[in-house]
Amino acid sequence: MTENDTAVSAKAPSFLDYAPAPESTSVLHLKKHYGLFIDGEFVDGRGDAFTTISPATEKEIASISNANNADVDAAVAAARKAYDRTWSKLSGADRGKYLFRIARLVQERARELAVAESLDNGKPIKESRDVDVPLVAAWFFYYAGWADKLDYAGLGPNPQSLGVAAQVIPWNFPLLMLAWKIAPALAAGNTVVIKPAETTPLSAMIFAEILQQADLPQGVVNIVTGAGDTGQALVNHPDVNKVAFTGSTGVGRAIAKSVAGTGKKVTLELGGKAANIVFDDAPIDQAIEGIVNGIFFNQGHVCCAGSRLLVQENIHDEVVDRLKARLATLRLGDPLDKNTDIGAINSKAQLDRIRELSNIGESEGAERWTADCAIPENGFWFAPTIFTNVSTSSRIAREEVFGPVLSVLTFRTPAEAIAKANNTPYGLSAGIWSDKGSRILAVADKLRAGVIWANTFNRFDPASPFGGYKESGYGREGGRHGLAAYLESAGWAAPAVTKGGKK
Amino acid sequence: MTRLTVPKTYKLYIGGKFPRSESGRTYEVTTKKGAFLANASLASRKDARDAVVAARAAVGGWSGATGYNRGQVLYRIAELLEGRREQFIDELMATESLSKSAATAQVDTAIDAWVWYAGWADKYVQVAGNGNPVSGPYFNLSTPEPSGVIAIVAPQDSSSLLGLVSVIAPALVSGNTVVVVAHQNAPLSAISLSEVLATSDVPGGVVNILTGSPAEIAPWLASHADVNGLDLAGAEQLEWVDLQIAAADTLKRVSGPIVGVPAPSIERVVQWTETKTVWHTKSLI
Repeated sequence: MTENDTAVSAKAPSFLDYAPAPESTSVLHLKKHYGLFIDGEFVDGRGDAFTTISPATEKEIASISNANNADVDAAVAAARKAYDRTWSKLSGADRGKYLFRIARLVQERARELAVAESLDNGKPIKESRDVDVPLVAAWFFYYAGWADKLDYAGLGPNPQSLGVAAQVIPWNFPLLMLAWKIAPALAAGNTVVIKPAETTPLSAMIFAEILQQADLPQGVVNIVTGAGDTGQALVNHPDVNKVAFTGSTGVGRAIAKSVAGTGKKVTLELGGKAANIVFDDAPIDQAIEGIVNGIFFNQGHVCCAGSRLLVQENIHDEVVDRLKARLATLRLGDPLDKNTDIGAINSKAQLDRIRELSNIGESEGAERWTADCAIPENGFWFAPTIFTNVSTSSRIAREEVFGPVLSVLTFRTPAEAIAKANNTPYGLSAGIWSDKGSRILAVADKLRAGVIWANTFNRFDPASPFGGYKESGYGREGGRHGLAAYLESAGWAAPAVTKGGKK
Repeated sequence: MTRLTVPKTYKLYIGGKFPRSESGRTYEVTTKKGAFLANASLASRKDARDAVVAARAAVGGWSGATGYNRGQVLYRIAELLEGRREQFIDELMATESLSKSAATAQVDTAIDAWVWYAGWADKYVQVAGNGNPVSGPYFNLSTPEPSGVIAIVAPQDSSSLLGLVSVIAPALVSGNTVVVVAHQNAPLSAISLSEVLATSDVPGGVVNILTGSPAEIAPWLASHADVNGLDLAGAEQLEWVDLQIAAADTLKRVSGPIVGVPAPSIERVVQWTETKTVWHTKSLI
């Protein structure tokens, strides 16, 4: 054995080695138990309380009330009362002021919210701190300004609020999805009953405290925690006027069926299987970063994740090699560590699903490559994984994995790329990487997806509408379009041709 | 001596052609007093599926045409309808037992509705789209696009021609193609309208018209996986909640039953569109 070899076996310091830099949890002032937030107060739920855990350690964080049907009734009744007596009577300007207050309070308590989110969800603190929570504040700030300008929302003069909105949100961006739902609903003059996901209720509980600090009139926002049956009771409640859901296409389909014939207005943000198309003239460094961001952001728990990489055939090997090299530098581990790139998978159930689909990918003939990184002993983890040689019929190319798993396919011509990109029942998002502006415009025109990122991926902004085509759902969140989900047009002046229309 | 008239054979309108129902079935269309007018085709499930295939095949061309071009084609429908006013007035007087003035009003209103909607084809994007001021170096634009294939149950209670026009014209504006089930008891003007469409530069397959029983055909359209939108305007007498539930299997966009005939509105155009938002990255200078 040479001297050199000894040095290597004693572990040469790698540039990846780093001292842990965990974000302090001292900013948190968590309670041992959180009740439901109904009519401005925390009240105990009548169902059996459940525990929310940190997916990184499997340690318990807090006990959470479980809303049963009677609790949902109470929450809807509180929202209805608040709508009738308070919120619908308030001027748009005053509604806006409450929303501005909320935006500011979110900014003031941003660090606390970020730590709570990473603790409860498992996402890296750098994402909750730099993406989720700033966007939450931005969302409230943006819609605050709309509250007294609804005549300009494109729905004709004096558009009307709907009433009580039932909102059910997922676990992948717990607080951000809450903001996407609550901000436009309140700006438009509705009151809200919202159900956070069962595995990620924590940040919503802190948000309830923020509502108390903002002195938001009681009952305007009600938060009921629980599992699927709580959501079902809420969505099917006869006294709600609007249903907004973000989650899986399966549940979205069930909701669309259950509200059929009720006259409830519905918006659904469902699953996706986004194509991320890389042409051979793409700026390759940026494209590699964009591909990584597209599928490994938030552990791939993103409905618009770029989970199908379509690479032009002549650069396939180069792109895959560089991707592997880049993935080898991602740090997986403690979500609260500021160096962490890949956090924990949100739940055991989700981890099982990712494992199952990955195994199916292998058995269907795709080649699996997984980044060589140490997996912590406790918690739920899945190392970044790439499948090459994936056929378009393979389940990992068709089904939403909702995890850090990328399927790589190839194409030769733009027409082939477009055909493959559109070959899915989903239509939420897509990416295009090319240096040629005219090609980007032409390809973007042909993609059947609601959000398209050109030379970037996974960008979100309160001014920008988000939502899908086809089985990715309907309605838009964000921007002027997002208001339409919570307003009824009072009707444009009918054109002259309607005269004599009735015989 | 009076001349013996030459009655018209009324058939379906699918893919720009006028086939009989593949089922070989017909049903009797009469005046309100029961006098025989025609044997209309009684469309079957297979006819509905053929119509969807034709409509899907036509989406690319029609949605790919410029708004200016679509506007001119829709305006052309009004021009040809104007030229055949008398025929439509007579037909409506016979099938709906209308007075001459009522039938005339209905035809004129239908013509004007085509003109009104024609003008939207190159404008609705400006009204429904948006430039979005995002916080970052991106050029961000939201644009409405047609949803695809829209299946429609035309209004059934009155105004067979105007009802039909009021539901198909708004869907066509943005570039959707349609499969429409006509007024069951007064379907003749729908087939005569097909003749207008066939000679108005409307590409074959853009509008497909089925006559027969909405109760029989609508379930097949509601559950068809290649239909993107379902307009239940005239479905009030049907089991329309079941149709809506069937449509949910592929998350179709659904518009519910209405009373009477929908007034022209930009909302009826926009409801059959999808908003696409594109983020273009700005380079460093």
